[in-house]
Amino acid sequence: MQNVVLTYDGSFEGFLTCVFNAYEEKLQVVDIIAFGEEQNQLFSETRNVITEEFKVQRVLKGLKKKVSSNTFLRIKWAFLSEIQGIELNMYHMICYIFSSEEKVELDYSHPAVLHIAKVAKQVGREKHRMEAFVRFRLTKDDVYFAIIEPDFNVLPIISKHFKSRYADQKWLIYDSKRKIGVHYDLQKLEYVSLQLPEDIGISGGNLEYFDEGEIYFQKLWKDYFDATNIKSRVNMRLHVQHVPKRYWKYLSEKSPFT
Amino acid sequence: MDFDRIKEKLNILADAAKYDVSCSSSGSKRKNTTKGLGDSSGMGICHTYTQDGRCVSLLKILLTNHCIFDCAYCVTRKSNDIKRAAFKVQEVVDLTISFYRRNYIEGLFLSSGIFKSADHTMERLISVAKKLREEENFNGYIHLKSIPGASDELMRQAGLYADRLSVNIEIPTKSGLKLLAPEKNHEDFMKPMNKVKNEIIQYKQESKLIKSTPKYAPAGQSTQMIVGASGESDRDIMYSSAFFYKKYHMKRVYYSGYVPISNDPRLPALGSAVPMMRENRLYQTDWLMRFYGFDIREILNNDFQHLEMDIDPKLSWALRNRHLFPVDVNRVEKEMLLRVPGIGLKSVNKIIQARKFRKLGWEHLIKIGISMNRAKYFLNCDSREKELRDVSSENLKQIILKNSFSKYRQEFSAQLSLF
Repeated sequence: MQNVVLTYDGSFEGFLTCVFNAYEEKLQVVDIIAFGEEQNQLFSETRNVITEEFKVQRVLKGLKKKVSSNTFLRIKWAFLSEIQGIELNMYHMICYIFSSEEKVELDYSHPAVLHIAKVAKQVGREKHRMEAFVRFRLTKDDVYFAIIEPDFNVLPIISKHFKSRYADQKWLIYDSKRKIGVHYDLQKLEYVSLQLPEDIGISGGNLEYFDEGEIYFQKLWKDYFDATNIKSRVNMRLHVQHVPKRYWKYLSEKSPFT
Repeated sequence: MDFDRIKEKLNILADAAKYDVSCSSSGSKRKNTTKGLGDSSGMGICHTYTQDGRCVSLLKILLTNHCIFDCAYCVTRKSNDIKRAAFKVQEVVDLTISFYRRNYIEGLFLSSGIFKSADHTMERLISVAKKLREEENFNGYIHLKSIPGASDELMRQAGLYADRLSVNIEIPTKSGLKLLAPEKNHEDFMKPMNKVKNEIIQYKQESKLIKSTPKYAPAGQSTQMIVGASGESDRDIMYSSAFFYKKYHMKRVYYSGYVPISNDPRLPALGSAVPMMRENRLYQTDWLMRFYGFDIREILNNDFQHLEMDIDPKLSWALRNRHLFPVDVNRVEKEMLLRVPGIGLKSVNKIIQARKFRKLGWEHLIKIGISMNRAKYFLNCDSREKELRDVSSENLKQIILKNSFSKYRQEFSAQLSLF
């Protein structure tokens, strides 16, 4: 049978449409990639898949019948990782689930199932870290503003957390890697795209943009952070393990400006 | 806000509060239903970690470090010559809210030196919590210290505003307490603990019948013991700990390696090392007791009063009970699987799930992520490869140590170093 590479629009719905087509046409899928990504399969045919709502619903319905809500969440989170080859692994897992009579979603001895579980865990960890390391800065127009650059696309899954927590303040979290933000206006969440000034920075309290008290709170926080450390117990290895260096840029307590 | 003044107080009062190791911010069920500020219904979040590797999830401060007591082990003891400061109630409220809104913290951990009297101090702590809840509509996490000797009425009030309450027992034995804190008596610690326990039981019963019963300390209570200050054995510590879990339904008991802060001859001298390894082994034992189905008497008893420092307590137990091993990973019941060295809770659950689908071999176990260097000597699985099992426990321990890498390894190398 001819090997096929499917290309899709990069959305979760697009991916589900790929699953539908692969099943319907009994394709020998060797890769699933977003439009524009390079495909490295030599001896295979490439097909573009157009997202279609009824196909999405069909696959969703079938999937939800076979797996628990936890597993479904895991599949969705794994997708948000955007790591190379994740779609094919998801596809293999879904095939395995559809083709088995028994419930196999927790069969960790199957490579794709284990892989998806691991990736979902990584995404979950990144989600949790973002919920922890986001640092809001109060702007002049009374919006609590934060910039993030997460490894995985976690913005869609962290908004709910912030909405229930900061229900009485306006806030905006902006993913500068993917150029999209979430804004909460005391009523609802909204995706926004922004043109950010260069000098706004990830931390610091440039008076052009931020409330005049802002920088003092960042300094107070840094002072608190230093005062709460027990010097005779310093363990930098453990420290870096918990707060990997790539996150330091968000953290006012770790930045030199204060 | 006078930032300079606040800054000075914060430095003094955060510095004094840091020896309290509790930082948990989970286990509460306080939801943000009124469009207020904060929500502590989810899991706890560590917003940063200090350089000593401890989690920072709460703004942990003392209301004041003025204290009428003179406990030898405590940095704020009356006779210690240090800078003293005190926050006003409103200052703590403002600081908490400003930090919380910026997503620095999960809430407030408020302790205090005891000024005037236990009740007077407790009252002030409660007024901070009350203000946060009632005036600021704050649903974040609040951990208050129960002041030893505080009245039942105040403890009742405290639980209505706080998520967690804790009294630090600090010294695990009565004799140690007498030596190091002669002005305090054991009963003063137990009194608020007991009141809180009873209120929690009552709340749980009432809330089953009447849903609107106001919450009472939904995240329970905890306590802390200092390790290595009064010459107590590991058995003493863990037996008191087991007692508190059982008798007072503690959510957590914390163990804090004593950090030398004074040249009092009753205590380890300044500059002596913090017993971090010991602390770590105690926590491991605590976990075995709470999650792995061990009875503390199996691990520590008259014959074994101290934990082995060079290997973890589960391995140590297994080496003393070789007749129970090896077990077949594909058949053994969960209770026993939990007792195999090198297999944690999560791996146990994964193994239980995975073995429904096929016989597991070593390669599956490696992928699941168990610690093979220890586990393989205690397991059989669907594989021809056999591990050496006829060696004595002492030899086996050496083999395992030789093949594992602990960051603490140099501290207990088998060879004696001369001076």
